Amino acid sequence: MAGTEDTANNFLDALLLALDLITEFNAGLIEIVSLSLSVSLSAVLIAASIGLPLGAALTVYNFRGRQISIVLLNALMGLPPVFIGLTVYLLLSRSGPLGALDLLFTPTAMIIAQAILITPIVAALSRQTCQALYEIYEEQLRSLGATPLNIMLTILWDARISLVTAIMAGFGRAIAEVGAVFIVGGNIEHFTRVMTTTIALETSRGNLALAMALGIILVLLSIVVNGVASVTADSVSRSRANR
Amino acid sequence: MGTILSTVINRLILIAAIICSTSASAEKVIKLASTTSTENSGLFKFLLPKFEKATKIKVRVIAAGTGQAIRIGRNGDADVLVVHHPPSEESFVAEGFGLKRHKLMYNDLVIVGPKTDSAKIRGVEEATIAFSKIASSMQLFASRGDDSGTHLVEKEIWKKARLSPQRTRWYLSLGAGMGSTLNIAVAMDTYALTDRASWAAFRNKKNHTILMEGDKTLFNQYSVIPVNKKKHGHVKYDLVKKFTNWLLSNDGQNAIRDFRIDGKQMFFPNANREQ
Repeated sequence: MAGTEDTANNFLDALLLALDLITEFNAGLIEIVSLSLSVSLSAVLIAASIGLPLGAALTVYNFRGRQISIVLLNALMGLPPVFIGLTVYLLLSRSGPLGALDLLFTPTAMIIAQAILITPIVAALSRQTCQALYEIYEEQLRSLGATPLNIMLTILWDARISLVTAIMAGFGRAIAEVGAVFIVGGNIEHFTRVMTTTIALETSRGNLALAMALGIILVLLSIVVNGVASVTADSVSRSRANR
Repeated sequence: MGTILSTVINRLILIAAIICSTSASAEKVIKLASTTSTENSGLFKFLLPKFEKATKIKVRVIAAGTGQAIRIGRNGDADVLVVHHPPSEESFVAEGFGLKRHKLMYNDLVIVGPKTDSAKIRGVEEATIAFSKIASSMQLFASRGDDSGTHLVEKEIWKKARLSPQRTRWYLSLGAGMGSTLNIAVAMDTYALTDRASWAAFRNKKNHTILMEGDKTLFNQYSVIPVNKKKHGHVKYDLVKKFTNWLLSNDGQNAIRDFRIDGKQMFFPNANREQ
């Protein structure tokens, strides 16, 4: 049975191992970290290019069923990664409708699954941000004769710093999930193995300290990416204020 | 503006991704769906570089339970399988999804449990008796419950012992891979059925050890089966043929024999050379 002392030792081992892996620039680690980043950042790029305009459009355009769409969008934020993974798997399988593309068990499949997972998050959060701004701007913009498209673009532009939070929420979900990428990527070494699938694999091999170490590195990675995003957003807003 | 730019970038990335994936398929690559024991024990990490060096063919391994690996093959999502449950393999071939079943190697399954061994199965010679003892003393038993080769053998042993523990409180059906099942077995002090290689490679053994081994019902035969090109035209049979030929050749069989965990041989080559 795992005693508390055991657990404490595991945790200490994990911390030391994490430090070792980082300081020695472990080649295997660099490979999976860069794949994790490139998959999740690509997914974020796709999610942002769909989610931001969608969020703004739901704010500005008034149409029948708008309220329902917003409720649906908010609900989709809670989609389980395993469900999305399975759906993408069945679509991309050779026996599925998109089988001819030969994308199953590739990084592209992982990008697709993560993009589906986080687009609702980016869209719903950016809608909320845009809505707040729209309530302030609406009258003024309409009196200037702005078209809905103009209003959308203006709001997105002015809200861009707050929208970073929406995008980062999406990134956080993407980089941390394991259910979808495991199913559609297959956890193939040197090809589709990312941080989270490695953690799952090492746990299953009983290498708990290594799995923990990788978990710690994943947290650090997330802090770095969020830090970069927040510093960039900050410096942008400051340079505007100084102008 | 910003959004248009990001849409353009996004398109470019998608195009790049598609180009990458097609150029990757021009490279000589095959997909192998295998049972977790062969991948997690490190066997493929040992074998595949040798094969790759000899043939310049890259093998991408998707590790899953035997049941799932066969499903992957059935859907045409892999070119070749390495699995370990002869009855499922035979029906996979009989239904036309698998081309031919080649015996590759064997090892054995073992029953692991806490050293205290409350069910007293240590030294028992038959798996059915060991299972009966676990049942009659109502000791916790952790089952994969995932249609893997190991799980199917476990079900057969319960059946032979004329027991159906599936609804009892001491039987834990986990629906998990071998490693996760072992982690749970160790944490909850339960018995479990596992293959020798997964157990040897497992690093979280704590107070668990092998308690029962050596019964012939625990014999564990691995086979390699190419997916049938007639069912799935995209299967790269020329490359797969080189792979199976290599595995069954002296080079491949010797490499299997040379693989060691903690100095011990884990898999015993037994390819039938006449095929």
